[in-house]
Amino acid sequence: MNRLFIKSEDAIQKTVEGLNKDLERRIIASPPGQCPVDLTASFLRLCHSQSCGKCAPCRVGLGQLQIIIDGILNMDSESSMEDLTLLEKTAEAISATADCAIGAEAAQMVLRGIRGYREDFESHIKNHCCTDSLNDRTEPVPCVAMCPAGVDVPGYVALVRAGRYDDAVKLIRKDNPFPTVCALICEHPCELRCRRTLIDAPINIRGLKRFAVDHCGDVPVPKKMDKTGKKIAVIGGGPSGLSAAYFLSIMGHDVTIFEKRDKLGGMLRYGIPSYRLPRERLQWDIDAILSTGIEVKRNYDVSTPEAIAEIRDNYDATYISIGSHNAKDIGIPGEYAKGVIPAVEMLRGIGDDAMPDFNGKAVIVIGGGNVAMDVARTAKRLGASDVSIVYRRRRIDMTALPDEVDGAVAEGCNLLQLMAPSWIETNKKGEVQALWVKPQIAGKADRSGRPKPVDASSEEHKLRCDIIISAIGQATDIQFFEEYGIPVFRGNIQAGRSSVVDNVKGTYAGGDCVTGPSTVIKAIGAGKVAAANIDEYLGFHHVIDTDVDIPLPDPSDNLPCGRAELKERYAKHRENDFEEVEQGMTLEEALQEASRCLRCDYHGFGSFRGGRNTEW
Amino acid sequence: MVNLKINGQKISVAEGTTIMEAARKVGVEIPHLCYLKEINEIGACRVCIVELAGHNKMVTACNTVCQEGMEVLTNSPRVRRNRKINVELILSDHQSNCTSCIRSGNCTLQDIANNLGVFSSEYENVADLFRWDNKLPLIKDATKCVKCMRCIQICDKVQTMNVWDLRSSGYRTVVGTTKNIEFNESDCTLCGQCITHCPVGALTERDDRGILNDALANPDVIKVAQIAPAVRTAWGQDIGLNDVQATTGKLVHALKMIGVDYVFDTNYSADLTIMEEGSEFLERLSHREDYRWPMFTSCCPGWLRFVKTQYPELIPNLSTAKSPQQMFGAMAKTYIADNLGLDPKKVFSISIMPCVCKKYERSAEAVNSSGCGSDVDLVLTTRELDRFIRADAIAAQNLREASFDDIFGEGSGAAVIFGTTGGVMEAALRSAYFLVTGENPQPDAFSEVRGIKGWKEATFDLAGTKLRVAVVNGLGNTRRLIEALKRGDVEYDFVEVMACPGGCVGGGGQPFRDGIEAAEARGKKLYGLDVNNPIRFSHENTAVQRTYQEFLGEPLSHKAHELLHTDLSKWDLKMTDMDK
Repeated sequence: MNRLFIKSEDAIQKTVEGLNKDLERRIIASPPGQCPVDLTASFLRLCHSQSCGKCAPCRVGLGQLQIIIDGILNMDSESSMEDLTLLEKTAEAISATADCAIGAEAAQMVLRGIRGYREDFESHIKNHCCTDSLNDRTEPVPCVAMCPAGVDVPGYVALVRAGRYDDAVKLIRKDNPFPTVCALICEHPCELRCRRTLIDAPINIRGLKRFAVDHCGDVPVPKKMDKTGKKIAVIGGGPSGLSAAYFLSIMGHDVTIFEKRDKLGGMLRYGIPSYRLPRERLQWDIDAILSTGIEVKRNYDVSTPEAIAEIRDNYDATYISIGSHNAKDIGIPGEYAKGVIPAVEMLRGIGDDAMPDFNGKAVIVIGGGNVAMDVARTAKRLGASDVSIVYRRRRIDMTALPDEVDGAVAEGCNLLQLMAPSWIETNKKGEVQALWVKPQIAGKADRSGRPKPVDASSEEHKLRCDIIISAIGQATDIQFFEEYGIPVFRGNIQAGRSSVVDNVKGTYAGGDCVTGPSTVIKAIGAGKVAAANIDEYLGFHHVIDTDVDIPLPDPSDNLPCGRAELKERYAKHRENDFEEVEQGMTLEEALQEASRCLRCDYHGFGSFRGGRNTEW
Repeated sequence: MVNLKINGQKISVAEGTTIMEAARKVGVEIPHLCYLKEINEIGACRVCIVELAGHNKMVTACNTVCQEGMEVLTNSPRVRRNRKINVELILSDHQSNCTSCIRSGNCTLQDIANNLGVFSSEYENVADLFRWDNKLPLIKDATKCVKCMRCIQICDKVQTMNVWDLRSSGYRTVVGTTKNIEFNESDCTLCGQCITHCPVGALTERDDRGILNDALANPDVIKVAQIAPAVRTAWGQDIGLNDVQATTGKLVHALKMIGVDYVFDTNYSADLTIMEEGSEFLERLSHREDYRWPMFTSCCPGWLRFVKTQYPELIPNLSTAKSPQQMFGAMAKTYIADNLGLDPKKVFSISIMPCVCKKYERSAEAVNSSGCGSDVDLVLTTRELDRFIRADAIAAQNLREASFDDIFGEGSGAAVIFGTTGGVMEAALRSAYFLVTGENPQPDAFSEVRGIKGWKEATFDLAGTKLRVAVVNGLGNTRRLIEALKRGDVEYDFVEVMACPGGCVGGGGQPFRDGIEAAEARGKKLYGLDVNNPIRFSHENTAVQRTYQEFLGEPLSHKAHELLHTDLSKWDLKMTDMDK
């Protein structure tokens, strides 16, 4: 008789595994405007189906929780606050007494729900429906809803499919004057909830945008509206300032950009290496923006309260978009040694074509964000013999985009995870000799849910090096603005969702200097918001729109189909030059990718509540 | 042009044509529930699904545009099976109380289900319950709502009031009020367009027939009724009389058979309204700088509610003259009662209206001035009247021509066109011309303001004074006009507003059929009554003349002000009729 058998999946298990994957994707692509209480009840049902049935709290309790929540949700039964108390009490008991995580975590989820959206539970009890704010489904198309600038994604995807690349660029510019920049380096939050994920994988939206800007001709900007005679100052010519300036200029206002540096672009030029964003591609967007008739004062540093006052006196409104360019201290002994370079300073120099010489040098980069990857890959290109990225957490905890981390590794950068910088060893001349690091273990989760790195009991390591680049975040240069009386909050300028700066009439702020270092598309979105609100503040209601008509969708069976990924140049070829790494899609790929779009602007809730904001 | 095949028939249609429209061109009707042309083409019910050759996924005919080479099958075995299942699913979320449903016999869902032969279903009924204050003039029964979204779309797109919205999600999705506001506190104008565009019995007016029956049971009260002009264009529809058969005389007879003591015509008080409103306009014209311009008509209560919530700053621009309904009510319990030798306290004043909002208007406390309780005691819509006639089993063929009672059954042609867009303006201009010049104009001199168009404008010469007038119907058009006025894009002296598209003939209280917009044809019927009326001018109505001679003195007299004018700023917007 055989005693043991090799474990294998049967057909049923295989199907269940497939459905589990479907469910994972479905949760990723959750649409906005869902009732959270209903969602809790639905999850709870799933959790209950996972219960083996051994223990009472899980087997019976999860079902009772569901009955209570259903009672709260049902229109035909009255419920009271006591039901909510009973729900909470029972969930606490299950969480505390269930034998395994299946029951305990299910109850925890209910508790987090009660704490996170108690008002929605209460609204169901009192009014038999969700709180009003939760039912706000004004942007029914997920990609558009997720884009901070609200770019009409299904619109330009359809235009790419129709081969109308100029129109695609025109349509993108209605909400975002940086079509090229975003085609090359946007973090594409639009793809996060793409409904196509329910079938296979999100649309490669950025890739399709890239196809449009790679194949369009000269696309003139919209005609400037009648002159209003109003003067607007924009302090800082980065993505946010340039976006605000672009829209305000089209609206007929006279816009002047005050730029501290020699060239426009902010972090796009002084932060992002040209192998990701070639300078001439950036310049194409900037030239289009400036062609609306914007005045630019270069090398104009607004660095005294008096300078700020003067601008406010001479202009009808001001937009502050100075970005977040100051380096943060590492806070370890030896950090001011020769050879320790803040990443922002290095990239800024490169932006003005001052290339440091790393030939044959061993470089260590501290940090795990996109900037860390940028400087590591740049160091490699500048001739470094060895590049190591030191990060105190794990690779999966990095804030850098996975593609960027992969790119760095492919180009030969070493990734040293779970290593906390401890101190910097120098020679007698004060030059860097080594970075000492303390090994870490990934401990309990912190408030953000990431495991907190804690010191391991093992000894410190010595990492020999000639150069250390710190890429541990940036700070905003708020000093003079604060002295002038602009409100600040946690090291950044304080502005509301309308980008209004309270108590300083006619002053608006947005982008990194308000949010802290963030994405370019958020900065662009803030510039658009500021433009609309400055226009309103000045007593106008100029409407930005476009005459581009959007092709209707073709009937499609939407069968699963591969997602076209962008290719990169062979790592060995690219690691020594600053030429662009990424390559666009072929026409064949672009057409297939565009046809994968489900056209949520036309189907589903979009067809009812309008899948398109044609103007703002 | 696009070439395609529908059920094997070749057809060429203009680009942009939907499959639904193309199919109609070749005589193929595709069943549909939520579809409302140009207003609601959202494919929500999935009843109009059709099959496309070469595609597995079905498409909705209402919002799929024809493409070159398409081969459409509207009745394939798969279509039949799936369409029927979708209808069964909708029915399982619908309280099918057809025997006791107000819409039985005039229900799109009932028709579809019957036609498809859905006589039983395997699905459990899951129709959701809902809370509603049944004292409100507008009743929503969510157990019948099929979430077709038409009410939301009519309110948003045509009336721009955004009263309705989709609430919650998933299984528990319901149509509720925007931002969860209590309906009573919402900005709803009670125009009733959501009712007349609801495909099922989810939206209705409050049925007040019981109140009439109670009054009829009371021998101590004298039942005095008035009939609004628009009622006569539509009342036959729900009792089986065609346009030619449904005469005003038979309508009078029907009310008499029900037991109403006196049947009069709202046209009498419409003529009074013209005397007061026309005189008021001339008074404002002669003291231009003392008034806010333009002057707006004020006989549509939906419009009044609109002004009060959307543009309260325009209240001084409204004519202070009461609507014909309310003028009639005020007179019924004063002069008319006197004239008939009745105790005004015993008069029970009934109003038959094409309008849901008139139920609110009669309940606004500030409108009353007779001193005998409510000037109008009961408002029944045309539909309620028809229900009463049907309930009494009054055979339509037995109705005879009867005359209105003397003398308040007299109305001019100018009064009868009150029921359609442009009619109030035209009637006012006819008499204003006379009041200024002492001579009658050609009766049709102001016909430029006629027609179904949403926003009409005209300029007339009134004895040397250039008059710029505008007429709007539908609240979306009204909002556009007001915004244009505010921007200074347009300038007018006198503006007529009716909340319902097409005016009262298309009112929220009128009989209706899914997919048919009847207002235009009904309006033409009123113009026919006008041209055939020997009296074409309000000031020539002899009953009106007698009223002034014997009772009111002259237009805008103290007594006229007391009884026939009102201070709109004092009107409460509360919808519930507390005394009933």
